[in-house]
Amino acid sequence: MNNFTITIAESGLSTIVFDVPGRSMNTITPDAVDEFDEVVTRIASDEGIRGCVFVSGKANGFCAGADLGTQGERAAVADTSETQLRDEFERAARFSRLLRRLETCGKPVAIALEGLALGGGLETALACHYRVAARHPKMKLGLPEATVGLLPGGGGTQRLPRLIGAAKALPYLLQGRPVSADEAFSAGFVHAVVDPGEALGAAEAWLLNVGDPVQPWDKPGFVVPGGGPHTPTGSPAFVNGAAQLRKRTYLNYPAQTNILQAVYEGIQVPMDAALRIETRYFIRTRHTPEAKAMIRTQFQSRQALAKGDPRPAGVAPFDIGKAGVIGAGMMGAGIAYVQAAAGIETVLIDVTREQAEKGKAHCAALVRKEIERGRMEEAAGEALLGRIHATDDYADIEGSDIVIEAVFEDRALKARVTALAEARLGAHAVFGTNTSTLPITGLAEASMRAGNFIGIHFFSPVDRMELVEIIVGKNSSEACLAKTLDYVRRIRKTPIVVNDSRGFYTSRCFGTYTAEGVELLVDGVAPAIIENVGRATGMPRGPLELYDDVALDLILKVREQARRDLGDAFEPRASDAVLDALVNGHGRCGRKNGKGFYDYPAGAPKQLWPGLAGIAPVTRAAGDPALVEEVRTRLLYRQAVEAARCLSEGVITDPRAADVGAILAWGFAPWTGGPLSLIDMIGVAAFVAACDDLAARCGPRFSPPPLLREIAAEGGSIYERAARRAA
Amino acid sequence: MTNAYIFDAVRTPRGKGRKDGALHEITALSLIVQVLEAISDRNALDTAYVDDLIVGCVSPVSEQGSDIARTAALMAGYAESVAGVQVSRFCASGLEACNIAAAKVASGEAQLAIGGGVESMSRIPMGSDRGAWPTDPSVSFATSFVGQGIGADLIATLDGHSRADVDAYAVESQRRAARAWTEGRFHRSIVPVRDQLGLIALDRDEHMRPQTTMQSLAGLEPAFTKAADAGFGAVALQNYPQIERIQHVHHAGNSSGIVDGASAVLFGTRKMGQELGLSPRARVVGAASIGSDPSIMLTGPAAVTSKLLGRLGMSVRDIDLFELNEAFASVVLRMMEELHVPHDQMNVNGGAIAMGHPLGATGAMILGAAVDELERSDRETALVTLCVGAGMGTAMVVERV
Repeated sequence: MNNFTITIAESGLSTIVFDVPGRSMNTITPDAVDEFDEVVTRIASDEGIRGCVFVSGKANGFCAGADLGTQGERAAVADTSETQLRDEFERAARFSRLLRRLETCGKPVAIALEGLALGGGLETALACHYRVAARHPKMKLGLPEATVGLLPGGGGTQRLPRLIGAAKALPYLLQGRPVSADEAFSAGFVHAVVDPGEALGAAEAWLLNVGDPVQPWDKPGFVVPGGGPHTPTGSPAFVNGAAQLRKRTYLNYPAQTNILQAVYEGIQVPMDAALRIETRYFIRTRHTPEAKAMIRTQFQSRQALAKGDPRPAGVAPFDIGKAGVIGAGMMGAGIAYVQAAAGIETVLIDVTREQAEKGKAHCAALVRKEIERGRMEEAAGEALLGRIHATDDYADIEGSDIVIEAVFEDRALKARVTALAEARLGAHAVFGTNTSTLPITGLAEASMRAGNFIGIHFFSPVDRMELVEIIVGKNSSEACLAKTLDYVRRIRKTPIVVNDSRGFYTSRCFGTYTAEGVELLVDGVAPAIIENVGRATGMPRGPLELYDDVALDLILKVREQARRDLGDAFEPRASDAVLDALVNGHGRCGRKNGKGFYDYPAGAPKQLWPGLAGIAPVTRAAGDPALVEEVRTRLLYRQAVEAARCLSEGVITDPRAADVGAILAWGFAPWTGGPLSLIDMIGVAAFVAACDDLAARCGPRFSPPPLLREIAAEGGSIYERAARRAA
Repeated sequence: MTNAYIFDAVRTPRGKGRKDGALHEITALSLIVQVLEAISDRNALDTAYVDDLIVGCVSPVSEQGSDIARTAALMAGYAESVAGVQVSRFCASGLEACNIAAAKVASGEAQLAIGGGVESMSRIPMGSDRGAWPTDPSVSFATSFVGQGIGADLIATLDGHSRADVDAYAVESQRRAARAWTEGRFHRSIVPVRDQLGLIALDRDEHMRPQTTMQSLAGLEPAFTKAADAGFGAVALQNYPQIERIQHVHHAGNSSGIVDGASAVLFGTRKMGQELGLSPRARVVGAASIGSDPSIMLTGPAAVTSKLLGRLGMSVRDIDLFELNEAFASVVLRMMEELHVPHDQMNVNGGAIAMGHPLGATGAMILGAAVDELERSDRETALVTLCVGAGMGTAMVVERV
């Protein structure tokens, strides 16, 4: 065996070390499953074994779960013939059956967790009779399958509710949030918590002193804690649970729907039947296009991009000792914070020393919050703040490897600070400009070293937002891009690389969602329908409330700037007139002045402003399914077609970046796997036909770009084409 | 087809459906047995002629389980030959029991049949039977399950009915019920409930609050805000996205009361009536049931009324009296507006807001109330209907003989 090592002590206690060769982290590979079969057989049949304990051969944890690459390949299978389904059931049930054999082998089985156990890793632990977890700061126990569109298929949906009751188990299963050893203990899914290094000893002590080889659910008279679905105490988990799930997900996530169903059906029958039910729902879930899209974007693409893929080859790794941040507002301070958190000496500079210190105080507030939440030690916080040097003197940025400019979106100002900084920088230092709207190539004109000038678009709040949009200007060099990717990786963010264009990728596409909301308003759709259906598409908020949050006057200014810059090429939108009427006609600037598309009465929830009907009379007030479908389609397709246009125009070249960026930047409906995955899910040809139809009815903003027509004609998908080009 | 006639209709007074309610000490079985005894005693009935007994009951578990109809027939001293079946059409169970009894008579299956219902909500709380509809997630998702109260508030929101509108309806229901009791309009059908010693435990609807005013109702908190916040409000909005926010206007004072009670109606052929010396009081003109949106749940009455009247070649104008169960004020307001039913022909003696809604029993109670009122007010036709769980509606049209 390559993955497991079995040793037997004189006491008859066996230690089984799980250690997948050639990988930094254990995952459940097909090979490991084959050998696990041998392990279970050996435990059951070897008379020299009295009991056993599983441990990890890796320092970083026990097991991160299934090999998602394999799951991705099996997702969204089209062949659902009876033979195929029976065959797939047998294959999918294999690991689950092994765990069942393990827990019914007649000998006590314990597990000593010194590090994380996720997905199949935790499911293995749940099939053991005794679980000990060490109190490591990085300990993570959880069933995150739902977050990538899958359902725990190794007994997780059945054992967890039987251990702690359906009501307590469902949040862990549905939302997939991993927990610490202490939380797992108080929730009831580990038996003991010990200090690091003591898990094995505790497990062995239990094997020697207690060693009960029967799971609670295999004992006579077992009842599910809290009661089954048809008891007074057990029913709310399902009756209310279904409503809560729907409130949260709008039923956009088949994995979560199926998890709730598998728990409901499973806990009413004995374990063996329950596991068969789980396997069936596991397969149904894996067959959904959402699973395929979510595994790809939320796991594979996101991980690859976070590692800086694809980075220009032949550029030496960028070693960052010191970095400057110009502008100590919210953005600049946030950037300084994440740099310092990553161990980079940071110079935070502003016009006055006082303003720079104010920025640093913002960082100190963030540190305090982290310490209060137990996510940072006092000393680490002090060290972090010690790395931030607040100043008003540009001389202090001398020796920086990279400088990020985060001043107001004003060309003249940006040009001025560019010149001031470049005067102090070495020839190879990167100058990054943080802007969400101004084209980089234009800003680079102020630079004497345009090859080292690049756009680095951070999102607010910087400490929380995972994405960074890197904008390559016309003259930005490959080396500059490679260094910037290294920088983003160093500050633990996920980069996407885009080419220079108005609004770049994220702002340009996000703007279509809100603008389409107003187009619908102008077309007479009742605003409540626009907002409710907007949220139901899986977007985090309705388009009109988002406009209010951004501030209507600000958007008008951006549009005005675009009109001046573009001249005849400027495409007016229906929303321009509506925003103009709201801001200039009614003084409604959005949430910031307490009135926009909504009214914001003190002490009461916001309400759609009744006066909207005066600007855009409502002609479609009934929320019938046809209208709902039209609104849903327009809101999603408008964003998707813009993302495709960006791909077609070369603003973005990697579909993975387009999809990951959309989800991380503006919360594009995560169930789709991103706007380009959505197009593939619909089918490119069908999407093109739908957009042609929408363009004819609603305007050229829906016209599919040439690239999509090409792919439609070939009969393939966006991702297949990208894979072919990469090959 | 033979005509089915109504010979008699009785009901218990309704006791508050709480542990301190007057009927909490009386078993559900005893409630239905006492109305069956009244039917047989008042009419000196040879129960051997009764072919079947249909009893509506919405939570047929525990003491209401195991086919309470057959149990009740045996315990009421009916002939051993009398069959019994328990049915559930949720809130219309009692009327559905009558529809079935009438249909059995009309088809020739029965010459004499009893329809009725029972629900001791104080002893077997609503929802005790659980069921797949609210509990199985797949059903909940497919049907957008939300509690009835949310549906009632949603109807008021969609129709633009304010708190004042629904409260005004409730005040009038209380006024009418009080007047009906004062004038003895329920005198003929009420069977006082007796306790284990044979003493009267309750002889008058216990839930009524005749002193109710707009002002007294104004102090009541909306009853369904919490359920809405728990997720059901969001489900309703996902189904009715034209609503920005549900206006929660219903509360304990303008919703039907939770009460205990039982009812029974005796049906038969004219011929059997003649043989047994029974006088027909009303003729069953027709009956129907429908399904409508299960989520908003309570919009069935207008739909089933239109279907039934259409089939009978009648219009709303041909009906003198309407009895629509007052599950919630907005349900009645909607039917009156949708079908242009004048308020002075709707629930003229009050309804469940004042007197309570003993789920399985109510349908047969309001059918009896309609027959009594046709006679008292010398009118000809009545339509009886209820809104029903999962979006159904059930109705019967009767005419005075």
